[in-house]
Formats: sequence, structure tokens, C-alpha cells
Amino acid sequence: MATTFDAALQNLRSTRVWKSIFRRGPALTNRTRSLAVFGNLFLHWLPVKVREKSLRIRAAYYLGSLSLLLFIILVVTGVLLMFYYHPAAPKAYHDMKDLRFVVSNGVFLRNMHRVGAHLMVLLVFWHMFHVFYRGGYKPPHEFNWVVGIVLLLLTLFLSYTGYLLPWDQLAFWAVTVGTNIISAMPVIGNKVRFVALGGNIVGENALLRFYVLHVVILPLLAFLFIGVHFWRVQKDGGITVGSKKDAGKS
Amino acid sequence: MSDRNQGENESHAIERPQLSRRDFLNEITVGALGVAGLGGATLTYQYFSPNVLFEPSTTFRAGNPDLYPVNSVTFLQDQQVYIVRMPAGFYAVSGVCTHLGCITQWKPEANIIACPCHGSKFLPNGKKIEGPAPRPLPHYAINLTADGELQVDKLQVIKTDQVLKV
Repeated sequence: MATTFDAALQNLRSTRVWKSIFRRGPALTNRTRSLAVFGNLFLHWLPVKVREKSLRIRAAYYLGSLSLLLFIILVVTGVLLMFYYHPAAPKAYHDMKDLRFVVSNGVFLRNMHRVGAHLMVLLVFWHMFHVFYRGGYKPPHEFNWVVGIVLLLLTLFLSYTGYLLPWDQLAFWAVTVGTNIISAMPVIGNKVRFVALGGNIVGENALLRFYVLHVVILPLLAFLFIGVHFWRVQKDGGITVGSKKDAGKS
Repeated sequence: MSDRNQGENESHAIERPQLSRRDFLNEITVGALGVAGLGGATLTYQYFSPNVLFEPSTTFRAGNPDLYPVNSVTFLQDQQVYIVRMPAGFYAVSGVCTHLGCITQWKPEANIIACPCHGSKFLPNGKKIEGPAPRPLPHYAINLTADGELQVDKLQVIKTDQVLKV
């Protein structure tokens, strides 16, 4: 069985189509393994080699990777929720109810999105504290620390804009209170609140604005900054591992 | 040889422009992009500020003055306004807490207006007595229409000592 599978794989690898996609030979040597990483769009921002140390669970508890995993889950479940959700008052509330009680598996997807969002905020904070206590903000990681702060803010904004979308009492009052905090800004506060809500009250315009921010603008920004974040981890010499003695070196 | 040197000296004698052509064009380009960017930002800001709003009217009629007994505080749920009638006359007090915009409640047993969110407390005339609210509840302009009904304008905030005598 195994030999037939191997033979089939060998056959597949010798086809012209396969060779046109994967131009290097089989990954048998370090050189071809490196080429496999360099020549692949989805792998090239990962390091070719990692220290065994940095693969240990205790190195970072995979907190960053888990945050990325949650982001991917949230994108997938979010896109699926969009198929049933109209960002209009009062339809939005009824669509949310339909997702919970009428649509097949809708309650599963909605809860996955909701719980996933809560977990992501939690994990992103945990990740930040972990990096902070490991000294991961020190040179040469300063820039990536700031990128991480941007990602934290994007996560919080995504969480906040998503909070309005069920269009229930909790959503309405959370955004009423939150945008009143904006209007406490000196001089421009009321203008910023007016533009953020598209009016004086949390109404249809606000719902649509928050929806567009939540499903297009903020996810695209997050995607961009996540790319930079992972790229910089590699360029700055991998994740911060090791004892206090060699902190900053690795 | 000497001619050439002389020529060079002459060209040095002419005052050279401070900017090279490249620097000049670069600055013009950056300037133009800056102006265009500023214009774009202004247009975008204008685009995001709606000119027509489909929000509830800020002016409303509160019915006949006889509906309100003297020394009473009546909360109009739909308008989020208290119509207060004292012996001196009528005034309209906002029902929206000045802290973070929650809707306050009239507590007749304690003779106060209380906010459920963060515990701010106000007197029936809007004066703040406790809590995180930074300002007293504003008074809205109140007057009588030609057919004798009370009318409140929520866009017009008036001084607290102004009352409507009916």
C-alpha cells in the first residue's frame, strides 16, 4: 500500500504540471529544502531554519500563532455570516435571530464567531504580556513591538465594531456610551462622533458604517499588519527565547 | 587651455541657482501631491458628513398644559425629556445623562432623577447632586403653540431659570 502510494507520488512529481509549479527537485538536501521555502509565496515569510528551542511550547505557548489561527477562523465564519446578514435597521436584529434559530448550523457559526472574537482579544493580550515579560520589545524587536500594538488596537476596534452588528439593546447602549466617550475629546470630539456615527444618534447610518469598518477596512488593515508582523519576526532573528542571560541576543 | 579656464571662472562668477532642476521638480511634485492630498482629505471628510438625516424630529408637541399637574415630573419616553411643572411654571429637562448618554429615571420616592448606568443623580431641575456626570441636565426651550399645546425644541438649550408661565 505504502509503496503504491509512493509510486503514485513519484509519478505525480514527474509530471510536467507538477514540475511547472514546484521547480526545485525533491526536498532531499538542505539546499532544495531552503529553495522550497524561498520559492513559495505562503512559506517565504517563514524562516528557513528555526532553533529547536523556539519550537518548544514554553517558548511562547504558540500565542501568536493561535491568534493568527483565530483570525483565520473569524474571517471564515464572518464571511459565512455575511451571507445571511443585512446591515440595516431593524433587519439586522432579525437576521441575527434567524441565524440563531432558523438557519441550519447558523447558531454554531455565530457562536464560533462570537466566542472566537472574545478569545482573540484574550489571546492577543496574553501574547502581548508574554512578549513584554520576555523582553521581546527590546532591540532589535522594537519595530515589531509597535506593529504588535497596532494589531492590538485593530483587534479591539474589530471587536468594538462587531459589537454593534447584532443591533440589540446591548449593542446600542455599548456604542452610545462608547461614542459619547469620543465626544469628550476637546474641540473636535463632537465632529468626530458625528462622522463616526453618520448622524447624531446611533441609527442606520452608524450600523452601516460600523459594518463596513468591521468587514472590509479593519480586516484588510489587520491582514496587512499581520503580514508585516510575521515577516519581522523572521527578519529580527526569530522569536525571543532563552533565559534572562541571553535575552536580547536571540 | 587658458581660455577654457577663463570660461570656467566666468561661469563660477555667475550666481548659481540654489535649486537644481531635479530638486525643483521634486519639490513642485511633493507640493502638488500635498495640496491634492489635503483636498482629497477635505472632500472625504465632507462625503462622510451626511447632509440629510433621517432621524426623529428634535421638535415635538407635549400636549395640553392641563395634562401636567402642578409640582409634577413627567417623563416622555419617546422623546427622552422630562416635563416639569412647578408653581412658577413649566420647564423641559433632558432625560439623557450628561455622563455617557444613558437614559435617566425619575424616582418620585426620593424626588431625584437617577441614572442606572453609573449612578449619577440630579434634582428635578436638572442640577447635579452626585455621580460621574460632569454637567447638569440641560433645559430645552419650551413654549406654547397657537392652539395652546406645549412644544419643546431639543436643539435649543436655555438657561435653567427660564420657565414657561401658562
